[in-house]
Amino acid sequence: MSREHILHTVRTALKRGAGQGIAEPPPVRLRVPEVDPDTRVARMLSRVEALAGKTLRAPSMDEARVYTAEVLGGRSAVASNAPFLRECGIGGLPGVETGFTDSAALRARCAVVDVGITSADYALADTGTLVMLAGLAEARLISLLPPVHIAVVPAARVLSGLDELLTLVSHPAEQTSSMVMITGPSRTADIEQILVRGVHGPGEIHVVVVG
Amino acid sequence: MSATFDRKVHNTLADANLQLAIYRATGRLIDHRKQAVTPEALPEYQELRAQANALKRHTIDHLDHYLERFEANVTAHGGKVVWCRNATEVADFVLGLAKERQARLIVKSKSMTTEEIDLNERLEHHHLQSVETDLGEYILQLAHQRPYHIVAPALHLTRYEVGDLFARTLGVANETVVEKQTMIARAVLREKFLAADVGITGANFLVADSGAVVLVENEGNARLTTSAPRIHIAVAGIEKLIPRAQDLAVFLKLLGRSATGQAMTVYTSFLSGPRRGDEIDGPEEFYVVLLDNGRTRLLADSGKRESLYCIRCGACLNHCPVYRKIGGHSFPWVYSGPIGAIITPQFMGVKFEPSLPFASSLCGACAEVCPVKIDIPKVLLDLRAEVKQDERCSGVNRLERLAFKVWAWVMCHPRVYEIAAVVAAGMAPAEGRAWLRKVPTPMNLPPVKAWLSQRDLPPAPARSFREMWRRR
Amino acid sequence: MAQRVSLFVTCVVDQLFPKVGLAMADVLERLGYLVDFPEDQTCCGQPAFNTGYRDEARAVARHFLKVFRGCEYVVVPSGSCASMVAHHFHDLFPAEPEALAAADALTPRVWEFSRFLLEVARVDDVGARLEDIVTYHDSCHALREFGIKDGPRRLLANVRGLELREMDAAEECCGFGGTFSVKLPEISGGMVHTKIDSIVRTGANTVVSLDSSCLMQIQGALSRAALPVRTMHLAEVLASR
Repeated sequence: MSREHILHTVRTALKRGAGQGIAEPPPVRLRVPEVDPDTRVARMLSRVEALAGKTLRAPSMDEARVYTAEVLGGRSAVASNAPFLRECGIGGLPGVETGFTDSAALRARCAVVDVGITSADYALADTGTLVMLAGLAEARLISLLPPVHIAVVPAARVLSGLDELLTLVSHPAEQTSSMVMITGPSRTADIEQILVRGVHGPGEIHVVVVG
Repeated sequence: MSATFDRKVHNTLADANLQLAIYRATGRLIDHRKQAVTPEALPEYQELRAQANALKRHTIDHLDHYLERFEANVTAHGGKVVWCRNATEVADFVLGLAKERQARLIVKSKSMTTEEIDLNERLEHHHLQSVETDLGEYILQLAHQRPYHIVAPALHLTRYEVGDLFARTLGVANETVVEKQTMIARAVLREKFLAADVGITGANFLVADSGAVVLVENEGNARLTTSAPRIHIAVAGIEKLIPRAQDLAVFLKLLGRSATGQAMTVYTSFLSGPRRGDEIDGPEEFYVVLLDNGRTRLLADSGKRESLYCIRCGACLNHCPVYRKIGGHSFPWVYSGPIGAIITPQFMGVKFEPSLPFASSLCGACAEVCPVKIDIPKVLLDLRAEVKQDERCSGVNRLERLAFKVWAWVMCHPRVYEIAAVVAAGMAPAEGRAWLRKVPTPMNLPPVKAWLSQRDLPPAPARSFREMWRRR
Repeated sequence: MAQRVSLFVTCVVDQLFPKVGLAMADVLERLGYLVDFPEDQTCCGQPAFNTGYRDEARAVARHFLKVFRGCEYVVVPSGSCASMVAHHFHDLFPAEPEALAAADALTPRVWEFSRFLLEVARVDDVGARLEDIVTYHDSCHALREFGIKDGPRRLLANVRGLELREMDAAEECCGFGGTFSVKLPEISGGMVHTKIDSIVRTGANTVVSLDSSCLMQIQGALSRAALPVRTMHLAEVLASR
């Protein structure tokens, strides 16, 4: 069996015995800087803007909803089942479908609508990153198939950076099969190093931080 | 030096447009990386490199332990690990699974490992359609070419070549605006993503404590490959392991910055199995193929084992003055640049391309930028010693071997050295101000000829230093 | 009591660029050092080592250790030769404890010339004068194995009448690489062309480096291209009055 063969070859190469213990791996110190919430949010949004994303700091959920409606401009959208979106009243906006629980139906709609609307589990200020864990509240394809992605996130979820995320979520695999970190619109420079956005994920992203 | 290598090198050097394309593309990546690792941008850069090296050393030195832990965690989350010794076993697994599931269309995201094992060719041979979805790789697939660079696979192609290619293979009008070409590919590939039965990826990292596959990208094709089809297969070399999820705090900060100057790539996916109960979408089946294909051989050589630490960022390629002249296609295997130069002889044997370890001036630019601190020049020197040992055993290159033996003897006998020097100087044209374009026939030995093919020789001075010193 | 330093001029300087060795001796003597030249010196063994001939390199290294045994300071007008001794001699003698001990004892006493001036003599102004516009080439071994980058520039900044212009490809390898230059001449030639294009763009009259091998490669290419730029070793610049 290949498994036994490979493990045996590895052990022989390393001069280790089966079941032999190991030393502790070198420690990795996660640094969580003290940054006040306002600075965190401001940094988050400025990083997103630097990547050609659009942003809004919304003082209330109403403003978040109004902005979303403006961006939608009557176009079709799929919104995730995130409770926060419901609280902001985004599911009720014209053109928005939400409440999908069937993967086939979800995929079919995501493949044709203009906009995908989600919340996010966390945001990372120092890189302008959205962190999304797949689950009942957030499906994968909503932030991926439609050419426009709007993320509406409460300010409290904005962390300082990757180190803080890994402090809070040290074992993502225990919570979800998919944790995705999204930093700006999809892009490629594969032809003559010329930058083109929107291949294959959304080419336009909006990040709204509420509160 | 092998004739094939020399020919490819010569053709690349002679192509002025290609030279410019390579130099510009790598130059841009050099600048981007530089900005991303300044003390202002990343004050802990050197510390992270040291940590990354230590983490890789620890993992590789205990690889059996981490392989088993990884497998246990993949299994615990509903996935399956498939152990493959070589390319054939991988192809057999994929083909077998495809047959069982009646799968016909596969979408693939960029993976050097799958290039290494010619996976697409093997699948296509059995009438499975396997479509590359990274734009650069898709273009290369249509053109039947190998990647030119780890991170920028199609850097050698112009927009006109891409326009012609699309017109010829996709039946579209010849479009030369890059944005439009990209949208053509997007439309074609979108259909494939949504129709595919299987998604195959590589893995940037395998996380042992989570049974997870980490994928970094900018386009979104890896996300689509792992979210739309009902089966996800990740193919990864056994060396891709890291111990814990938190180790990504070290590796993710280094990978994007070293490769393209990005603090974070657009998408980073941490995938640990098929979709779970309450998840709405995602694959129903999740497989991780752990590939040996010769890695255990590298593992056994403790002096060169660090070659396995590579995280495939491409920084060494960008900074290598030799790569910047000869490009990716001069290299005989899928891996090019300094990393290619050290692992190719180890995977394929030194005889596969004996020139490779010598195709370097040992300038050290690669080692300076390697995020995991692989001492590439040291490994090159070790490989050179191995090549010469091999030549000694097989009795080839006798003249060079003899020349160095004589040289060493002379260098150990100072009075002989002085006499030899006087004799050589006597043969050489007398000191004038001009450097020499050619030399008299007795002096025109192969190394002298080789030197003169590119530049002039210094004239021998009237007196050597030691002679002048004695007269002081 | 004047401090004694021993010169290891390198085979390239001994046979092809003797003035570099003399310039280095001049500068050191002016600083008050007693300079000696152990006559039995030949080579550090680098050509054999780099080409993969470890036994031959080892033999030459053993001779080097014998010649310089007991020297307090060995000063070298080359980053690559100094690096051979300082960084590679240790690994040449895995089975010879005596030679290994000798190598480890000698290593901290071997100094590339510019580093000796700055870190041992502790001077960055040797009273030199040279009216010229120069550009500086960072030799790879000096740069990456010794971290020598600012030092030579400081020394050049104090040369009266000298203007230093930075070239954009200062840190790129000139393409010499020892036997690389003759085993893969086309690539070596391509690399030096990039270097001389960068030099020409500065408008400088002179290229300066601390390694004669680099200067031989660069001057060879400048001469072939019939360009009026000359090369000078850092020691020669610093010896100018």
